Amino acid sequence: MSTGNMNLTLQVWRQKNSKSAGKLVDYKLSDISPDMSFLEMFDVLNEQLINKGEEPVVFDHDCREGICGMCSMFINGQPHGPKDLVTTCQLHMRSFNDGDTIVVEPWRAKAFPVIKDLAVDRSAFDRIIASGGFVSVNTGNAQDANALPIPKIQADAAFEAAACIGCGACVATCKNASAMLFVSAKVSQLALLPQGQPERYRRVQSMVAQMDEEGFGNCTNTGACEAECPKGISLENIARMNRDYFSAKFISEEEV
Amino acid sequence: MSKLNSNIPAGELTQKWTKYKSSVPLVNPANKRSLEVIVVGSGLAGASAAATLAEMGYKVKCFCFQDSPRRAHSIAAQGGINAAKNYQNDGDSTYRLFYDTIKGGDYRAREANVHRLAEVSANIIDQCVAQGVPLAREYGGLLDNRSFGGTQVQRTFYAAGQTGQQLLLGAYSALERQVGMGKVQMYTRHEMLDVVVIDGKARGIIARNLITGELERHFGHAVVLGTGGYGNVFYLSTNAMGSNVTAAWKVHKKGAFFANPCYTQIHPTCIPVSGDHQSKLTLMSESLRNDGRIWVPKKKDDTRKASDIPEDERDYYLERRYPAFGNLVPRDVASRAAKERCDAGYGVGASKLAVYLDFKANTERYGRIEASKAGNHNPDKETCMRLGTAVIKEKYGNLFDMYAQITGENPYETPMRIYPAVHYTMGGVWVDYDLMTTIPGLYCTGEANFSDHGANRLGASALMQGLADGYFVLPYTIGSYLSKEIATKPIPTDHPAFVEAENEVKATIDKFLSINGTKSVDHFHKRLGHIMWEKCGMARNKEGLTQAIQEIQDLRREFWADVKVPGSADEFNPELEKAHRVADFIELGELMCKDALNREESCGGHFREEHQTEEGEAKRDDENYAYVAAWEYKGVSEFELHKEELIYENIKVAQRNYK
Amino acid sequence: MSSLSKAFTSSIGKKFVMGLTGLFLISFLIVHVSINALIFLNDGGETFNVAADFMAHNIVIRIMEVGLFLGIILHIVQAIMLTSQNNAARPEKYAYNKPQANSKWYSRSMGLLGTLILMFLVLHLYHFWWPTKVSVYTHQEHNTFQNIVMIFQEEWVVAVYVLGVISLGYHLLHGFQSSFQTMGWNHKKWTPVVKTVGVWFSIIVPIIFALMPIAIYFGWVS
Ligand SMILES: Cc1cc2nc3c(=O)[nH]c(=O)nc-3n(C[C@H](O)[C@H](O)[C@H](O)COP(=O)(O)OP(=O)(O)OC[C@H]3O[C@@H](n4cnc5c(N)ncnc54)[C@H](O)[C@@H]3O)c2cc1C
Ligand code: HEM
Ligand code: SF4
Ligand code: FES
Repeated sequence: MSTGNMNLTLQVWRQKNSKSAGKLVDYKLSDISPDMSFLEMFDVLNEQLINKGEEPVVFDHDCREGICGMCSMFINGQPHGPKDLVTTCQLHMRSFNDGDTIVVEPWRAKAFPVIKDLAVDRSAFDRIIASGGFVSVNTGNAQDANALPIPKIQADAAFEAAACIGCGACVATCKNASAMLFVSAKVSQLALLPQGQPERYRRVQSMVAQMDEEGFGNCTNTGACEAECPKGISLENIARMNRDYFSAKFISEEEV
Repeated sequence: MSKLNSNIPAGELTQKWTKYKSSVPLVNPANKRSLEVIVVGSGLAGASAAATLAEMGYKVKCFCFQDSPRRAHSIAAQGGINAAKNYQNDGDSTYRLFYDTIKGGDYRAREANVHRLAEVSANIIDQCVAQGVPLAREYGGLLDNRSFGGTQVQRTFYAAGQTGQQLLLGAYSALERQVGMGKVQMYTRHEMLDVVVIDGKARGIIARNLITGELERHFGHAVVLGTGGYGNVFYLSTNAMGSNVTAAWKVHKKGAFFANPCYTQIHPTCIPVSGDHQSKLTLMSESLRNDGRIWVPKKKDDTRKASDIPEDERDYYLERRYPAFGNLVPRDVASRAAKERCDAGYGVGASKLAVYLDFKANTERYGRIEASKAGNHNPDKETCMRLGTAVIKEKYGNLFDMYAQITGENPYETPMRIYPAVHYTMGGVWVDYDLMTTIPGLYCTGEANFSDHGANRLGASALMQGLADGYFVLPYTIGSYLSKEIATKPIPTDHPAFVEAENEVKATIDKFLSINGTKSVDHFHKRLGHIMWEKCGMARNKEGLTQAIQEIQDLRREFWADVKVPGSADEFNPELEKAHRVADFIELGELMCKDALNREESCGGHFREEHQTEEGEAKRDDENYAYVAAWEYKGVSEFELHKEELIYENIKVAQRNYK
Repeated sequence: MSSLSKAFTSSIGKKFVMGLTGLFLISFLIVHVSINALIFLNDGGETFNVAADFMAHNIVIRIMEVGLFLGIILHIVQAIMLTSQNNAARPEKYAYNKPQANSKWYSRSMGLLGTLILMFLVLHLYHFWWPTKVSVYTHQEHNTFQNIVMIFQEEWVVAVYVLGVISLGYHLLHGFQSSFQTMGWNHKKWTPVVKTVGVWFSIIVPIIFALMPIAIYFGWVS
C-alpha cells in the first residue's frame, strides 16, 4: 500500500498496561514513503501487526495537524523527534534516512504514568489548570470587548504564551521532569493581560502548589524544555512566573 | 401532519429571543443543585455549555474521548469567529450577519435561529475577551478584524491562525474552573455509546471507559450532545482522527431525527492528497483567500513551474467568474470552481488535482505600504517582497510553516498548491428552537446539530454557533425543560432501561471481537470514504447515488462478516473504538446518499449535476425543496422522511449571486 | 504550612534559596578572588598578609563568615533535596535519551560539579581555613602567604586545585545566569548582558584562582 522506498527498523516500547513492565520490541518496516508523517508510518506498522494477528501499538493522537497536543512520542531520545518546532504528527519521514533505526518511547515522568505502550496519562495538566488557570468570570458578566484596550505588544506576548498545546514535551525532555514551562505559559498569559490581574497572585500560588503536588520535578533552568517545545514557548515565562510567585509570597497579603 | 414542531416563539423576528428569555420558566437555585445534566463533548459547544450550566448551579457531568477536554477538535479551527460588532464601522449589524448567514446557507436555514445567533454573536466576543482569550489587536489596543468568504464587511475576530485553539482554551479554562470547584465532574477518555431513554425522555447515557474498557451508566435529568461533526465519513477530511458520528447516530437510532445529512461542506483550500498513506487532510485557513489569489494555467496540462508562467497565461478563474466577490466567494462556490478547472484538465502538481494559491501580488503590495511607512516611496521590487514577506509572515506564519512541514515546499517562494477537502457537516441531529431533539430532554449543540447554516456554512460561523449554543442559548432553553423536572428524583442506574442499553452495547462489542475476520477497520473506512467522495462528494447525480447506496449496503454486510478487531474489551483498545465509529459511519453514509438522492435540487454544499444553470451554477428548487429533511430511523436501511417547511418572512429568497 | 514558609519549601521556593545562596556565594567569590590576587603583586606576600590578617580578625568579616557557612550549607542541603526529588520525578529512565540535543552537559551536571567543588572545598578548608582559625584562637603569628607557598609545592595538590576550580567554572557557567532566571530577572534587553557577564565571570575567576597554585608551584611568585 505504501509507495516509498525507505526501509526502517523501529524499536518501540510495548507495555500492556500501567501495572506491567514494558520493553523495547523490534519491528522492520519497508517501502516507507518520505512524504508520510511519522504517525502515518505507525499506521502502516499497525496495519501490518493487525494482519499478522498481533496487537497494534497504542499511541495517542487526534488532530494530526500539530494543534491538539495529543500526540506524544519520544523519538530517538527527543520528544516529538529530531526536528525543531514540530509535534510528532507533523514530523515527516523525510527527516529520516533509509536504513535508520528509530527508538520510540512514551513520555516518562512520575506525574505521567504510562497507560499502555506509548500512551501516558497527562491529566495532571488538567488539574493544574483547574487549580487556577482561568479568569473567574461567569458567562454573561462581560463588558464590551473594546472597553479595555490592550497594547498590541502585550496582547501578542500573551498570545505567544497561550500558544502552548499542553503536549507535555517539556516535561518529557526535562531531566527533572519539571512542568515549569507549561505552568508558566498559562500563568504568563493571564499575568500579561489586564483581565488576569485580580487573581494574578492567587493564581500563581495555587497553580505552583498543584504542580508540586502532582510530583513534577524542580526546574534547574537547563533550557531543554524551551529547545524541545513544539510551540516555541519561551523561558521568559518561567522567570515571569518566579517573579510573580515571589511577589505573591513575600508582598501580597493574601494567604492561599 | 408532520411530527416536527420547531417551537419557534411567536412575534416579530427581532423580538423573539428577547421575549423568550424574559418569559422562559426559571429554576430556583436550590432546585438547580439537585438537577443533573450530562454534557457529552468538550469542544466549543460542549465545554461552554458545561461551564455555564455549572456556573448557574446545575450538577454537570462532562464527557470526552480525548485525554483532556482541551483537545476537542475545535482546537484546530484556524481562521476566526464572526460577530456583528461593527467595530470597523463598515456597515455591519445584527441584521446583516443574519442576512449573510441565511444567504450563505442558500436559504435552507431557519430564520428565527439564525437571527438569535446573530444577536448573541457580540456577547461571545465580550465573554471570550473577559476570559483572557488573546484575540488579535491593533496598535491602538483595540480588537482587529479580517474578512472572510461570503461577506462584504470585516467582522471576523481572530488570534493569528489559532482562533479555535484560543477560544477553546478559554472555554476549557472556564470548564476546569468548575471542575476545580467540584461542580463539573469531568470524564476524559470516555466514549458515549448509547443514550438511555425512559418513558420517552432522555435520562442518561452508557459510556465506555476507554482505558479499562468498563461500561458505565450515568444518569442525567437531561442530556446534551456537543459531539462535533461527521466529516470523517469520507475517511479523508480536515477533522481529527477521532471525530465521529457515534453519539449522534446512537441517539438517532433511539428516536432523534437526523436532518439534512447530505449537506457537506467541502473546503476549497486544503493541502492536496500526497499518496495512499494519507490519513487526514490539512486545511489552509480561508483567511488566506484575503491575500492569496487563486489561479491555474490557461494552457491545459501546463508542466511549467508556477514562477515560469507569465501573468497573461494565468487564469484567475474566481476573479474572472465572480468579479464582485472574487477570491472571497463562499466555500461551496470556490470548491466547485476548483473541481471544474481540474476536471477540465487545468490542474497543477503531480496529481493534477490542485490549483495555485498565490501570495505574490499582495506580498508586493504590503511591501510597498511598509516601505512607504518607512519613508521609502519608490521601493524596488526586491525591497517590496522582503518587507511584504514579513507582513505575510506575521499574519499567516503558522499556516505557512504547516504547509512547508507537510509538503516540503517553501510557500514564501512558490505558490501553495491547494485542493478542496471535506471540512464541515451542516447536517446533524434535528433540533427545535430550544436545541432539543425529537427525544424530550435530549439536546444537541454545535456542529453535531443540523445547525443554523442551512446548506452551506460561512467561514468563521461555526465557532460562533458552537459558543452561542453553549454560552448563551442552551443554558436558557434547557431551563424550560428542567423547570418541569424538579420533582424527578435521580433514577437509579439499575433501572431496566439502563441495564438493557448497557447489554446492547456489550453485545455489539462482543460481536466486533468475535467476527475475527481478515480486514482491518481502517480498510473498511477507506473503502467507505472512497464511495462517499466519488459519489456523494462535491458533485452528485442520481445514478451515482443509487450505486453508492447499494455499494454501502454491501460494504456493511462485508464489514460485519469480515472485520478484524484485535485485543479484548476490557483494555485500552483503539481498534475497538474505531470499529464502533466506522460501523456507524457506514450506516450514516447510506442515509447521506438517500438524502442527497431525495433532494432533487442543488443548494449550498449539495450539488446535483442534474440541477445546474447553463453557467454551471447551483440551481435551487424553492417550490419543492424549501424544507429541512429530517429522517427518522425505522430499522436497518429504513428511514422515514419528515419535512420541516422553511418559511421566510423577513428575507426575500433569491438566487445567490456573487457576481 | 503557612504561605510564607511555602515560599521556601515549594519547588520555586527551594530554587529561590538555591539562587539566593548561589548569588551570595558568587559575591563571596568576588571578594575572595580579589584578595587572593594580591599575591600576584609579588611582594613576598606582604600586602596579601595584611589583607588576610584583616579578614581573619575583623568582626564584620567574622560575622559574614558565619553567613557564608550557613549559605554554603543551605546551598548544599537544598541541592541534595532538589537532586533527590528530581531523580524521583522520573522513576523509569529512557532507554535512549539524547539530552545533548537540547541542553548543555554542565547545566545537567550541577549536582556532580557541586560535589566536586565540595570535595575540593573540604581540602581547601583543611589547608587554609583551619590553620588560620587555630592561629587566631591560640593567638599565634600566622603567615598565610608562607602557608600557601608551602602547600602548593606538591603536584597532586596543585592538580586537585586546578580541577576544583574548573568544576567551579562550569558550575558558574550555568549557575551565574541561572540564578538570575530563578530570581525572575529575565529581560529582553538585560538577559543577554547577564549571560555575557556570566560567561566571562565563569572563565576569568576560575583562571585567576587556578593561576595561584600554578604560579607558586612554578615559582613565578615567591
Ligand atoms: C481544520 C478546521 C478549521 C476550522 N476553522 C474554522 C474557523 O476558522 N472558523 C469557524 O467558525 N469554524 C471553523 N471550523 C469549524 C469548527 O471548528 C467546528 O465546527 C467546531 O469547532 C465544532 O465544535 P463542537 O464543539 O461542535 O465539536 P468538537 O470541537 O469537534 O468537539 C466534539 C467533542 O465531542 C466529544 N465526543 C465526540 N463523540 C463523543 C462520544 N461518542 N463520546 C464522548 N465524547 C464524544 C469529543 O471528545 C469532543 O470533546 C474549522 C474546522 C476544522 C476541522
Ligand atoms: C563557591 C561555591 C559555589 C558557588 C559560587 C555556587 C553557585 C551556584 C549558583 C549561582 C547556582 C545557580 C542557582 C540557580 O539556578 O538559581 C548553583 C546551583 C547549584 N549548585 Fe552551587 N555553588 C557553589 C557550591 C556548590 C556546592 C558545594 C554544591 C553541592 C554539593 C552545589 C550544588 C549546586 C546544585 C545541585 C545546583 C543546581 C540547582 C539549580 O540550578 O537549581 N553548589 N550554584
Ligand atoms: S510548554 Fe511547549 S512542550 Fe510544554 S506542554 Fe506547552 S507546548 Fe508542550
Ligand atoms: S495529533 Fe494533535 S498535535 Fe499531534
